[in-house]
Formats: sequence, structure tokens, C-alpha cells
Amino acid sequence: MMDQAPVLMIVVPVFASLALTLIGPLGHRAAYGLLIASLSLSLTASLAMLVQVVQTGRAVHYRMGDWMPPMGIELVIDHLSAGVLALVGTCSLLTAIYSLHTARQDNPDRLHHYYALFALLVAGLLGMTAAGDVFNLYVLLEISALSSYGMLARGRGPAYYATFRYLVMGTIGACFYLLGVGYLYIMTGSLNMADLAEILSRPELRESVSVRIGFTLIILGIWIKMALFPLHAWLPNAYSRAGTTTACLIAPLMTKVSVYVMLRMMYTVFSADYVFQQIAWSRLVIFLASAAAVLGMITALSQRDLRKMLTYIIVAEIGYLTGGAWLANTAGYTGAVYHILADGIITLCLFMAVGAIIYRTGESRAAAMQGIFQRMPVTAAVFLVGAASVLGIPPTCGFFSKWYLLQGAVQAGAWVFVAALIIAGLVAAVMFFKLLEKAFFGRLDDLMIEKSNGKPGTAALKIRMDEAPLTMLLPLVFTGAALVGLGIYTNEVVQYLIRWSVPSGI
Amino acid sequence: MFSAAFYQTAPVIALCASLGVVPLIALSRRHPNLREFWTFAAAAVKFSMVLLLAGWILAGNVVEVTLIQVLPELAIRFKVDAFGIVFALVSSFLWIVAAAYTIGYMRGLSEHAQTRFFICFALSLCAAIGVAFSGNLLTLYLFYEMLSLSTYPLVAHHQDKEGRGGSRKYLTFLLGGSVGLVLPAMIILFTLGGNLTFADNIHTGIIPAGTGDTLVTCLFFACLFGFAKNGVMPMHAWLPGAMVAPTPVSALLHAVAVVKVGVFCTTRVMLYVFGIDLMDALNLGIVTAYIVSFTIVTASIIAMTRDNLKARLAYSTISQLSYIILGVALLTPAAVQGGIIHIANHAFAKITLFFCAGAIYVATRKKNISEMGGLGRVMPFTFGAFALASLSMIGAPPVGGFITKWYLLTGALDAGQMAIILVLVASTMLNIVYFAPVTFQAFFGRAPDGETGDTGIREAPLIMVAPIVAAALLSLLAGIFPGVMMQFVRMVIS
Repeated sequence: MMDQAPVLMIVVPVFASLALTLIGPLGHRAAYGLLIASLSLSLTASLAMLVQVVQTGRAVHYRMGDWMPPMGIELVIDHLSAGVLALVGTCSLLTAIYSLHTARQDNPDRLHHYYALFALLVAGLLGMTAAGDVFNLYVLLEISALSSYGMLARGRGPAYYATFRYLVMGTIGACFYLLGVGYLYIMTGSLNMADLAEILSRPELRESVSVRIGFTLIILGIWIKMALFPLHAWLPNAYSRAGTTTACLIAPLMTKVSVYVMLRMMYTVFSADYVFQQIAWSRLVIFLASAAAVLGMITALSQRDLRKMLTYIIVAEIGYLTGGAWLANTAGYTGAVYHILADGIITLCLFMAVGAIIYRTGESRAAAMQGIFQRMPVTAAVFLVGAASVLGIPPTCGFFSKWYLLQGAVQAGAWVFVAALIIAGLVAAVMFFKLLEKAFFGRLDDLMIEKSNGKPGTAALKIRMDEAPLTMLLPLVFTGAALVGLGIYTNEVVQYLIRWSVPSGI
Repeated sequence: MFSAAFYQTAPVIALCASLGVVPLIALSRRHPNLREFWTFAAAAVKFSMVLLLAGWILAGNVVEVTLIQVLPELAIRFKVDAFGIVFALVSSFLWIVAAAYTIGYMRGLSEHAQTRFFICFALSLCAAIGVAFSGNLLTLYLFYEMLSLSTYPLVAHHQDKEGRGGSRKYLTFLLGGSVGLVLPAMIILFTLGGNLTFADNIHTGIIPAGTGDTLVTCLFFACLFGFAKNGVMPMHAWLPGAMVAPTPVSALLHAVAVVKVGVFCTTRVMLYVFGIDLMDALNLGIVTAYIVSFTIVTASIIAMTRDNLKARLAYSTISQLSYIILGVALLTPAAVQGGIIHIANHAFAKITLFFCAGAIYVATRKKNISEMGGLGRVMPFTFGAFALASLSMIGAPPVGGFITKWYLLTGALDAGQMAIILVLVASTMLNIVYFAPVTFQAFFGRAPDGETGDTGIREAPLIMVAPIVAAALLSLLAGIFPGVMMQFVRMVIS
């Protein structure tokens, strides 16, 4: 059973997705149960592999149908992918639990079809992370992308229009990637990552223009997928109009897995040496990353809609991640990988909290935050922890990713990136502070009225408590605790996971 | 008395006492008396731990505990040394006094959200003790931020328009300083030497030899202005704004926790990260001394113009805090001792003054000094304490402030800085000008028009007056028996 875990992890949600399309007549409870059961199985498998990888210190190689690589399809779970798999598994299961009320609200008629897409998307993301060859990665990328188009288009208002733009951009990105893979295949005759890496390291291919073009196309494709500034325009529109469940599932995971794919391409298929010596874009990329961080946060600050604000924070965080990955030193790389995990949970936490607030108040404008500390104290507290993580206040995990990223930037002498990280942090502080102030003070005008005919400051007590349902609250509290837990156990994550995956040559 | 292993856990117990009491306070929100009992219990546990540790430190030991290894190279570490214990003793003892007073104040005015108030109170004291016991810069930063966040609901307690403005300013300055200046400085420091653990003595520091002078200077000023809680101009503006908070909070903020944490962090970094030798070599000490001298004089002048008693006290705080930094910045042994002992002396005196302001408000609802004529005859205990604490601020014997002035002046003479001596003299004069009239008016002035001169004694409730008298007596004792605190301060120097 244990040897089959890599494939079970992906296949279980795929079959669950097929079954979900059929069980419509059994009602929404059955669909909900099936989704959670399949995702729990899948998470168990990915956690089992995480434990195995950490214990043995070696990567797990799984050969589909026992066909030998480089011809056969291979799944590789090493220290880098094991962490991301655990993140995807955990976040998707939490979102599934969270979705009991919201998914039904957003999809009153065809919930089981929606859940089928949900399971398929998770399978695609897990597959992308575990894939050991570049073509299967493409296939799984399309599976997850197609299911995400379907889910996003079921959002509010003109969601289908925003999704169509995303579809066009996403397809362009995927095509770029596929084209790049084509170039590599022509030059090397291989699609298996390990095999490709071996062939590409030969001196005659180092100078090859075709390989260079292949690399460029692949990286550009991934950048579109992960919404790196200035290729990010599709993201805020598509994500902010999504239903609550959709946003909670897609926003934290899609972009993070894309960043993971970028790291894979840069360091596994190509090498640090090739990327930083032959390609040598890092200065330019760090400028882009800095711009993404600062402009993303500033745009987020100017938003009135809560969810739109969160989507621009994603754009900024992608800047952090990209910058870290291209700093070409161990601290920067550690920061980037750690921040994939940290930001996945941070984004999930914030989207869930905002989702709960929207569910209760029925509006998504910033005004919905008014008096949340009185009305929904637990949600507000978790939101506070999430905000502290974005700002990077210890002991939340956001502090430690910032710590590594800043340290890497200082070591690399990338002062632009240092400044960008600090400015983005300060802008985020202003933004969250504005919201938390609203949440704490409530509606000032009401208070003034109350004050004139009552005792000072008693108005706050009169607001009724109206917390989100338990199925929303439990995952929410879990993510909040995870933010602090991950921060406190940074040492372990770095020692047992990230250190092992630091590529040679940086 | 106890084994060495006990002293390893004592700092953690002291920290957890105020952290662990939070759920208990929250659970007993429907039973105010039980809730207040928890606060006292935690304060007592904490103070006894600090007291035991103080004895252990006095015997020449240093306690070092690694709490959590958060990064492979860095840990959340505690280190209890003589410097930290001075601040820990002051803050943990004044928590007991402040708790009693706070209960009287909050019940006297039947304030809303008292449970939240006491929770945040406990959290901020936890952060203060964490700062005192920090063993490296990361731990210091962690508790510094925790303090900023946990005091926010206290400053914003009234939840009205003024509260919003004041608390907005409060967080802007504190978070802006720490995230914008201290955090990058800390990471650059770490990149330079791979080490953030405080040095064992005040001379060497931890900056590796050969670091560029410009970089060191930049880092130094990032720390001086980044720890905005220290109230050095121009980062002082949050302090008068935070006056909108209830008076016990002002007392806590301006005497015990917040501003003291600010100066403690600044002086900790000056002495144990940069070190006296390096500061001397780069002339950083004397530059800092002039910067804070400007703050001392300017804040005193502004204080004279304020009629609101709390605002006047706030500007006095800004001025007095800079005494502490001034002492350390002069770099001579006597001056450093004067600076450190002022952490205690100022705490005792300033908490008394704020307590008095609160008691006056609870008893008469008066906030402005001009309305307080003749009030001393109505509230003799309160104004007696006020007079005593004013003397300490001015630096007259036999109150604690005199000890500070003595050491500071000796230190300035040793350093041969005539200008600094002039600043100290001028500041003393200004202190007299803005403190003496308050007491004088209260005892010998006439009541404002329209009020009948009440001759009967009408004090605030006993639970408020008792802490006031206790705190004032502490000031007096600090002046009569300076040796109690000075023995720790001398250990810092040696």
C-alpha cells in the first residue's frame, strides 16, 4: 500500500471526481462526504510520503506501470515536492470542510458537478507537483487550469467575462510552456526531468540558442501562470469575482504551485549555474519582483473590495517569491521555498476569514469589517494573525520568510529588493491597520449617536455576536494556528526539508 | 535556596504567569472579583520569580535559557543579567501597584470592556518582561512587537473619534519604526556577523571588526530612531496622542511598560550590540547625547505650555526618557549608571504622577491644571504624593531623581562635556517651572470662580489612593536607599 502512495494520492481525487458527477441524486451531503473522504485519503498519502522522505533522506521515485524512465512516466517526490504536496493536500482538505455552506450558496443547482471540478483541480495540482517529466507536467497543468476556468466562471456577476480573459491568458501561458518543452525535446530527445538535466549539462548544449529559447519560453509561460508583474492583469479580476469556496481553493494554491514549477525548471531541469551564468537575467527579474511587491501592495491598499485587495496581495507575494528564487543564494532560495508554504497558508487564512465575513454580512466591501471584533471575535482574531503574517510580525511564519528573503537580498547586494520588501511591508501595515481599525472601532457615527444619550462607549456592547458556522470556523482556526505553528517550527522545516533541496551551485 | 535548574525555568515561569492568566481572565469575565483575583495572582507569581532571580543574579550568576530554536542559526533566547533584572524588578513590581489602582479606576468610572482591558494589560506586561529577559536581538524584537500590538486596544479603549486618532498615530510610529528601521538593521547585523546574541559586557559589542564606519553609523541611528517607543524627537509624536487612553493605561505606558521598553531596547542595543568602545571610536555617543539633549530641552519647553495635566506629564515623559539615553550615550561609568538607575527612578515617580491625574479625574472629573486651584486641600494625600513625585522629576533630594541627577552630572563632568551640564541645569530649571506651580496652586491657590471652596477631605476611593501613596513612598525610598537598585547597576558596569 505504502509503495503505491504516490499514485493513490493523485488517482483517488480523479476517481472521486468521476463518481461525483454521478451522485447528484443522492443530495449535497453525499457529495460533500465523498469529496472530504477522497481528499482525506489523498492528504494521508501525501503526508505518508513526506514522513518517508524526511526519514530516509531520499526522494521517492514511482514508475507508472513499471515502465522505466526516461521512456516511462515517473513521479518524483523529493524534499521540495513533498512539502508542496503536503501544503496542497492540507489546504484543499480544509477548503473542502469549509465549503459546506458557501459552496451550496454559490452553486444551488449543480453542487456535485462543482465538487467534481474541485476534486479534479486538486488532482491536477498534486500531479503537477509530483510529475517527474516535463510533458506530464503540462498535461496536469492543463487539467488543473481547465477545472479552474470552470470553477471561476461560476462566480458572481460578470465572472464569466473575467474568466474568459484568464482563459486566454492561461492558454497563452500554457502554450509558451509547451513550445519551450518542444524546443528542449528537439535538442535533447528527452522529456524526463532527471534525464533532461543530465543532457542539458553537456558543454555543447550550454551555448545552444535553441536551449536558450526553450528556457525563455518555459519561464515566460510559467510567469504568466503565476501572474508575475507585469503579466498579472488577469489574476485580480478572475479571482475576486469567484465564489468564496473557489477563491479559497484557487487563490492560495494555483500561483504557489506555479512558483514551485518555476523552481523545478530553474534548478532541476536546468541548473543554477546555467540560469545565473548563461541566462543571467537575475538583475532584471529582481527589478520585476521588486516592482511586483511594491505595486501589488500599493494597488491592494487602494482597493475598496476586500477580496480584490487580497488578490493584489497575491500579486505582491509572487514578487517576494520570484525575487527570492532569483537571488542566487541559499538564504534567498530558502526564503522562497519557505514562503511557498507560508504564503499558501497565509492566503488561505485571509480568504477564509474574509469569506466568513462576507457569508455573515453579505457584503464584500471594506465596510463589512466594521465592528467585526465584537460580532465575530474568533474570525477577527484569525484575520489578525493572518494580517500579522503578511506584515511579518514574529512569531508568525511571515516574519521568518521575510527574514530569509531580506537576508538573501542583503547578501546578494540586491538593495532594490531590500527596499521593496520593506516598503511593501509598510504599505501592508497601513492597509491592514485601516481594516483592523474598522473592525475594532465599528461604525463611529453609531457610537456618536449612542454616546449622546447613553453612557460613553457602551454602544460596542450592544452589538450581537454572530459568529460563522462551525464548519467554517474550525478550518479557519486551524489555519490561524498553523501560521504560528509553522513560524515556531521554522527551524525544523528548514533543517529537514528545505536544506536538502538547496540546489548545488548557489 | 533553590537549585540552579530552578533558576533556568524561573524566567519562563515569570513570562507564562502573565500569559497563562489570559484565558483565566477571559473565562471569569462574568465574575469581576474572581477576574481581578487572577490578575493579582499572576502579578504576585511574576514578582516573586523576578525577586528570586534578582537574588541569584546578585550572587554573581547569569541565567541563559534557549526557549525555541526557531532558525538553525537563531533561537528565542532568554538571558537574565543585572541590566535586565533592573527593568524586570521595576515592571513586575509596579504591575501589582498598577493592578490595584486600575481596578479602582475602571470600577469608579464603570468603564466598558473591562475584561478585554485586563487581558491586554496582562499581555503587555508579559511582553515587557520578555523584553527585559531577551538574550538576543530577535527575541527583543519579538516582544517589542508584541507590546505594540497588545497595547493598541488599551490606547483605543474608548473607541471614539479621539481614540481612533491617537491609536492610529500610536501604531504608525511604533510599527513604522520597528518594521521600517529596526528589522532591516537587525537583518544586516545578522548578515555581517551571523550572530545576534548580546555581548557579555558593555565594552566589546558584537559588530565584527572591519565593518565600514558608514554602515555602523547607519545601523546605529536606525536602532536609535527605530525603537520609537523611546520618544526621541522626532519619533515622539505618538506619545501625546496616546494620552486619550484611560489614565491607568497612560501610567502603564509612560512609566512602566511601553516607553521603558523603548529606552531599554535602545540602551540594550547601544551597550550590548554596538558596545562602548565602538561608539567611542566613531563618536556615536556624543552625537547621540546632543540629539537627546535637544529632545530634553524642547520637550520641557512644550510641557510648560500645556494646561491639560496628562499632556504636560506626557511631554515631561519625553524629556525624562532622554535622560536615560543621555546617560548611556555619555559613555563614562558614572553617566551610564545614572542613565540605568533612572529607568527605576523615573518609573516610580511618573507612575505616581499619572495615578494622581487619574485620581483627580475620578474624584472631580477635572483634567486641566488651571481648574485645580485649591484642590490640594480637598485631596491632600493625592497632592502630597504629587508633590513628592514632582521633586523626584526635578531631582531634589531626598527623592530618587536626585540620585540620577548626581550620577549624570558626575558623568558629564568626567566626559568633560560642559554643554551637557548646561542642558541638565536648564532642564532642572524647566522642570521646576512646570511642576512646582501645579502643587503650589493646589495647596495655596483659590478655587476657580463659581465653585465653593470645599474644605472637607474628599479623596478618590481607597483602592486608588493606597497605590498612589505606595508609589510615592517608593520614590522616596529610592532616594533614601539608592543602594538597593544601585548594586545591580554597578554589576552592569563592572
